[in-house]
Amino acid sequence: MRHIISILMENEPGALSRVVGLFSQRNFNIETLNVAPTEDPSLSRLTVTTIGDDRVIEQITKHLNKLIDVVKLVDLTEGNHIERELMLVKVKALGAARDEVKRTVDIFRAQIVDVTPSLYTVQITGDASKLDAFLQAMAPVGILEVARTGVSGIARGDKVLSL
Amino acid sequence: MGRQRHTAALDTAGCPADRTRDLQGRNTVELLSGADMIARFLQDEGVEYIYGYPGGAALHIYDALFRQDKVKHILVRHEQAATHAADGYARASGQPGVVLVTSGPGATNAVTGIATAYMDSIPMVVLCGQVMSHLIGDDAFQETDIVGVTRPIVKHSFSIRHPSEIPEVLKKAFYLASTGRPGPVVVDIPKDMTAPTERYEYVYPKKVKLRSYNPVTRGHTGQIKKAVELMLKAKRPVFYTGGGVVTGKASEGLTDLVKQLGFPITTTLMGIGAYPQSDRQCLGWLGMHGSYESNMAMHHADLIIAIGARFDDRVTNNTSKFCPTAKIIHVDVDPSSVSKTVRADVPIVGPASSVINEMISLVQGQSISQPEALAEWWQKIDGWRAEREGKLYEPSKPGEVLKPQEVIEALCRVTRGEAYVTTDVGQHQMFAAQYYKFDKPNRLITSGGLGTMGFGFPAAMGVKQNFPEDDVVCVTGEGSFQMMMQELSTCKQYGVGVKIVNLNNASLGMVRQWQDLNYKSRHAHSYMESLPDFHMLIEAYGFTAITVNTLDELEPALERAFANKHELVFLDVKVDPFEHVYPMQVPLGAMRDMLLSKTERT
Repeated sequence: MRHIISILMENEPGALSRVVGLFSQRNFNIETLNVAPTEDPSLSRLTVTTIGDDRVIEQITKHLNKLIDVVKLVDLTEGNHIERELMLVKVKALGAARDEVKRTVDIFRAQIVDVTPSLYTVQITGDASKLDAFLQAMAPVGILEVARTGVSGIARGDKVLSL
Repeated sequence: MGRQRHTAALDTAGCPADRTRDLQGRNTVELLSGADMIARFLQDEGVEYIYGYPGGAALHIYDALFRQDKVKHILVRHEQAATHAADGYARASGQPGVVLVTSGPGATNAVTGIATAYMDSIPMVVLCGQVMSHLIGDDAFQETDIVGVTRPIVKHSFSIRHPSEIPEVLKKAFYLASTGRPGPVVVDIPKDMTAPTERYEYVYPKKVKLRSYNPVTRGHTGQIKKAVELMLKAKRPVFYTGGGVVTGKASEGLTDLVKQLGFPITTTLMGIGAYPQSDRQCLGWLGMHGSYESNMAMHHADLIIAIGARFDDRVTNNTSKFCPTAKIIHVDVDPSSVSKTVRADVPIVGPASSVINEMISLVQGQSISQPEALAEWWQKIDGWRAEREGKLYEPSKPGEVLKPQEVIEALCRVTRGEAYVTTDVGQHQMFAAQYYKFDKPNRLITSGGLGTMGFGFPAAMGVKQNFPEDDVVCVTGEGSFQMMMQELSTCKQYGVGVKIVNLNNASLGMVRQWQDLNYKSRHAHSYMESLPDFHMLIEAYGFTAITVNTLDELEPALERAFANKHELVFLDVKVDPFEHVYPMQVPLGAMRDMLLSKTERT
């Protein structure tokens, strides 16, 4: 099953490599990874999506917790949560397809953020499946380049991941 | 801690410290260079010996060590030996071992020793020199990203970014290495961090806190109660305890608890001695080459009380066939060890000592509810014991080549079972663990997790220097010994009186055994074709060597070797190259599936 694990860790050099190294060292798998400092500059928040059965996920969270640089973590998929991913896509926009792309962008509530005579650069946010669907819709027109941030997430309601 | 920089001309007079004075001329804070801070910190931390090898990036530190005499530096002949020596000391004493090496090859040579300590959860602090910070990443001379190289085999690592951080970082390193589940910590120290011309305030940090590291100090009371209820109701219980009881200094408590309950106990290789092996309740150790009665008892048990053990594959054999009728209580200080390979019915995360003490107070005054069942269980166990009694191996006939088992039994008699025994890895390691009877913890010093050949001799050095009045013997084989024999030179320099018992079967015995069993005796590279004359080799270093060929020569040779505690003596004992280690678990089988000799199996 797919899990989203959100981690607060020390914003220290080498901290990220410990997390990433752990996954390869223990043969765990990383689907997406996303990391940036938080409002407290001494802390980074890292969100990783991974796939595994309960035993594997239990091991992943235990081993992550064991890393000295990891301060706190939560498996967001254990409760209600919001997940978002941002994607920038360059799609071909020539002739009749130019209008078609614009219409699809509207349907997906995406935005065109840059334009050239031959292509549109589209920005779209949503959960991973929405982004996948958009790519599928654009495939016949011609996708030139894709940049995805990977999943970021937060729990719904009053629950807060902080120190 | 002030980051204000105080520069001074390079002090050729060798005066390490500057002091600032207040108006009355009293000393207020001490100003030390990074290198002097390291030397001073080690003193303040109470470190007596450090093991290392100098080189460019570590020279400022070596100079600082030279200008003091509290911390004694032992110059090894290879950095791997430095880590094993520090490791041996740590295993014998329970205190973190300290290593100092230079950058690049110095640090990479230490890697095997760091991995050895990591696999067996041994507290160790490794100080590595590094090229100057402005050169890092430039492929400078003797540069290695040692923090990167060691990342998967350390508990944590630090890189010094400013000299003023040194005291705090070192304190954190010692704290991390020795608390919770212990392990090695690497501190990477760029050369400019130890420059003698830059001085900063030094204060020994008495305490340290890391917001992200809070090792558990006690187990969950409810879970402990549940565990004790199961224990009191059990019909066929067995304790299965590991290295966590030894490193957690819980062996006295464990002995009390096991005696009060009257249950059988088996330990892992790493847990040997945590409960006296000469006691009737001790079944020996378990697993791949564990005793018949241990493995049988585990397989047939209805309750397994695992403490400080990690259900390693050398213990469990095939986990899907592991102990089919047992409920499992698992106590470990490391949550990631619990339910890693075998699911625990009652998981308890906590240090062995406090959990055991809580168990003792709950057991006190209670009696077990199934005394008849327990008596029946003991009958069964005694039956298993009797089945193998006197059949463990075939002793040599007069005039025949010695059996390695006989050598260990004689060693145990001569040293009254009280020596510190270090081993290398292979058949001799298993024989030492099987036939030497340990009644105290911290006495069998062996590389269990990583299985590092070359570990035993430098580890013995580390133990002997710190316990000079005790007998310290390295049981080795001619294969393992040749991996670290350069340390004879270190022993000569410091007069380290370890004894070396070389079980010389002129082959890589354990490899050969597997080749006999699995490769139709095709002995691919398991035969040592050009062995040195060990007698001459040892004498070249000025030590005594004794060659033993027959049984009647054995005990007198051992007596002679142990007569002088401060003299290194090497016993080259010629043993049967065809001998195998038994019992041996059948691959992919259950715990009870064992080969018992070349012709018998369960």
